Amino acid sequence: MEEDHLVLPLSRPAPGAMGKTGTWRNYKPVIDQGKCIKCLLCWLYCPEATIIRHEDNSVSVDYEYCKGCGICANECPVKAIEMVPEVQGGA
Amino acid sequence: MVRIQDLPRKNFLMPGNAACPGCPETMGLRYVGMALGENAVLVIPASCSSVIQGIYPRSGIGMPILNIVFAAAAAAASGLKAALEIRGLKDAQVVAWAGDGGTGDIGFQALSGAAERNEDIIYICVDNEAYMNTGIQRSSLTPYGAWTTTTWTGKKEHKKDVPLTLIAHRVPYVATASVGFPTDFIDKLRKASKIRGFKYIHLHAPCPVGWRFDPAKTAEVAKLAVQTGLWILYEYENGKFRISPLSRPYRDKSKRKPLVEYIRLQGRFRHLKKSDIAVLEKYVDEMWEFYTKLEEIYK
Amino acid sequence: MPRKILTGNHTVAEAVKLARVQVIAAYPITPQTTIVEKLAEMVEHGEIEAKMIRVESEHSALAAVYGAAAGGARAFTATSSHGLLYMHEVVWWAAASRLPLVMAVVTRAIGPPWNIHVSHEDIMDQRDTGWIISMAEDNQEVLDLVLQAFRISEDERVYLPAMVGLDGFLLSHTAMPVDVPEQEVVDSWLPPRLPRPYVIEPGSGVIMGNIPPDEAFYRMRHSMQRAMYNAKRVIEEVDEEYYKMTGRRYGGLVEFYRCDDAKYVVVLMGTWAGNAKEAADRLRERGIPVGVARIRYVRPFPRERLREKLLGMKGVMVFDRSVSMGRGGPLHAEVVEALEAKPSIMGVVAGVGGVDVGVRDFEKLVEDFVKKVEEEGRVYVNDYWYGV
Repeated sequence: MEEDHLVLPLSRPAPGAMGKTGTWRNYKPVIDQGKCIKCLLCWLYCPEATIIRHEDNSVSVDYEYCKGCGICANECPVKAIEMVPEVQGGA
Repeated sequence: MVRIQDLPRKNFLMPGNAACPGCPETMGLRYVGMALGENAVLVIPASCSSVIQGIYPRSGIGMPILNIVFAAAAAAASGLKAALEIRGLKDAQVVAWAGDGGTGDIGFQALSGAAERNEDIIYICVDNEAYMNTGIQRSSLTPYGAWTTTTWTGKKEHKKDVPLTLIAHRVPYVATASVGFPTDFIDKLRKASKIRGFKYIHLHAPCPVGWRFDPAKTAEVAKLAVQTGLWILYEYENGKFRISPLSRPYRDKSKRKPLVEYIRLQGRFRHLKKSDIAVLEKYVDEMWEFYTKLEEIYK
Repeated sequence: MPRKILTGNHTVAEAVKLARVQVIAAYPITPQTTIVEKLAEMVEHGEIEAKMIRVESEHSALAAVYGAAAGGARAFTATSSHGLLYMHEVVWWAAASRLPLVMAVVTRAIGPPWNIHVSHEDIMDQRDTGWIISMAEDNQEVLDLVLQAFRISEDERVYLPAMVGLDGFLLSHTAMPVDVPEQEVVDSWLPPRLPRPYVIEPGSGVIMGNIPPDEAFYRMRHSMQRAMYNAKRVIEEVDEEYYKMTGRRYGGLVEFYRCDDAKYVVVLMGTWAGNAKEAADRLRERGIPVGVARIRYVRPFPRERLREKLLGMKGVMVFDRSVSMGRGGPLHAEVVEALEAKPSIMGVVAGVGGVDVGVRDFEKLVEDFVKKVEEEGRVYVNDYWYGV
C-alpha cells in the first residue's frame, strides 16, 4: 500500500496545453505601431489571448502561440494589422 | 457599458489551448474571466470547451473547472454551488458553460430543473448552432436552412428559442449576448453576478469551422447577426423585458442590414434558394414582432 | 444507545442525519421513495443542517451530489432500479473523479414488465464502475453500513464513492429494532469531511477531467484498482473501529456463519441470507454440516477471504438474485473464479423479481445438493433456475 500514489484526473492552467500553437499559423499578424491608435479592439477580440496588452495599451503579438486566425486584422478600425504569409509563396 | 480600457488585464484563457483558430468559445471564455475574475468556477459538460482545455496535466482555461457528462451541467453546478455556499464561500460564481446541444437538447431537462429550483448559478449557453465537437451535426438550435452533416440539404425546422423557454421559467435574469459585442456580454455577466437565483445568458457564437466562413470573420459574422436583426440582444430582469441598446435600432426594419449580408458569408447557407432566404427573412420579422410585443407586456 | 423501531428506508435517513451530511439530492422511485421523503422532512424541520436539492431526475440527483462532493461537501443520494440505471454514466464519472460520496440503493427489479419487488440486477449492474458496493442483511446493518460508507469513502487510501444496498420492501419497508448510536459518539468517530482529495473552488486552480494522454488515463484506472484493493484493508479496519464504538461487527468484507466446521457452504448476499442461515441451522440439527458465507461487499470482492475459508469445502452453493443473461448468476461466476472451481459448485438463480425463497426452499436445495455431491463425488452446475 505504501508504494501506492493517487493518480487524480486533475490539471492546472498553463500555456501550451496543446503545444506551441504558433506552428499552426499560415499567416502572421504584423502590427504597424505607427498606425495603431491603442483602441484595444484586437486585444479584446483575440480568441487566443495572444495579443499582448502593454502598460500603455500598446499591443504586440505572442507569436509562440498565435494561431493566425486574423480576427485582429479584420477588426482593426485603422488597418494597422497586416496578415503576412508565413512561407513566401506558400500558405 | 464598460470601456475596453477599463477591462482587467489578467488573462483567464491560456495561450496554446486546443481551440480552432477564430474560435468564438475562447473569446467568450475570456469575457467570462474579465467579468467575473477569480470568483468564477466553471462546470463544463461535453462540448467543444471540453476539448479546448487541451491535454492533461495542463489546462488551456485559467479558471477552476469541473468537467461533467453531457446532460448534467445544470445539476452538477447546482450541487457545486450548494457545497461552496455551505462551506462559506459566498462570493463564488458557479458558471455552467454549455453548448447549444448541452443546453437545448440533451441538457435541457437538467437546465429546466435547475431554473425551476432557482439555483443561484449563472448558466451560459455558448451557441454555435450545431454539434460542432462531434463534427457539425444539427441541433435543435441550428437555424432553418443550414447545412450540417446530418442535414445535407439544409435543416427543415427553425431554431429552438431556448432563452424564451427560460423566461417561461420566471427566473430572475435571462439575457442574450453575442461574441461580436463583448462589452455588452461582460456588462450582462457582471449584472448577473449580483443577482441571487438563476441567471441565464445565451451567447451567440459563430463558428468558422461549422458555419464555413473565414476564421478572421468570427466577430464580423457575430455582429452581422445582430445588425441584420436575426439575433436580438435583450434582457429579462425580474419580470421586465428590455431590448438591449445595441439591438434597439433594429426594431425599425429599415435600419436592419439585409439578411443576405449575413448569409452570404457562410458556406452552410451556400445552397439556399431565394424562397429559403424568404423563410429566414419572415422568421426575423416574426421574432421582432413577438419580442416587441413581449417588451410591451413585460414593461 | 437508544433503540428505535425503523424501516430500512428510515434507517438510511437516520444514518444520513448522524453522518451530518451537508448536501442531499434524490428523486423518488419505489421502493426508495420514503428515504427522500424522510430526508426532506428532516431538512425542513431543521433536524439536519443540509441543503436538499429536489432534482428533476436521478441523472441530476447523482450529478448534483457529485458536484457537491467536488465542492468539498459531504453528500448523499439514494435510488433504485431504473433510477440507478438512468444515472449510470454519472456513476462511472463520480468514481473516476475519485470523490467521496455515498448512495443508498434499494434493490429492485428492472422492467419490463414493471416490477417493484426485490431483485439484485440493479446493484449487480454497477460492479465495474469503481464504487465500493455493500449489501445489508437487516436494518441494523443498513445503519452501520451507511455510517461506515462515509468513513471508507473518505479514507485517503480509498477516495472512491460507496453504495449501500438494501433489499426493496424486505428491508426498505419492514420495521425492525435498530440501535441508533448517540450523535456525539458518531461525531467523534466520523469528523467533518476534509476538502480532499481536491476541491473545485475559486482560487483552487484545479481542472477536473480534461483529456489526458491514453497512458495517463490508464494509470488513473490502475490507481482506482489499487484503491479498491486498499479498500479491502480499510473495510476490515473500519469494521473493528466500529465494533469498539458500538459493540457490533460483521466480519468486514464477508460474514462467515457457522463455516468453521462446515463441509458445505451457501454463498449469497442480502436479506435472504437470514433464511439461508436458518436453513443451515436446521440442516445441522440433522447432522449436515452447512455454513453460510454472506457477501457484504461485492466490490471490492472478498476473493482472498473466500479462498481462505472455502477452498477446502466439499461443496459450495451460490445463490444469485440476479442473472447475467447468456451466462448465469454473476456472483456465482465470481465465486467460481475465486475458488478455481476446486470444490463442487452449484450456481442457483432464484428470487429474481421478488419471488419468495423461504427457509424450506434453501433447506431442500442444499440437502439435494449435498446428497448429489455425496453420491457422485463431484458436482458442477452452472446455471440452475430454481422453481421454473
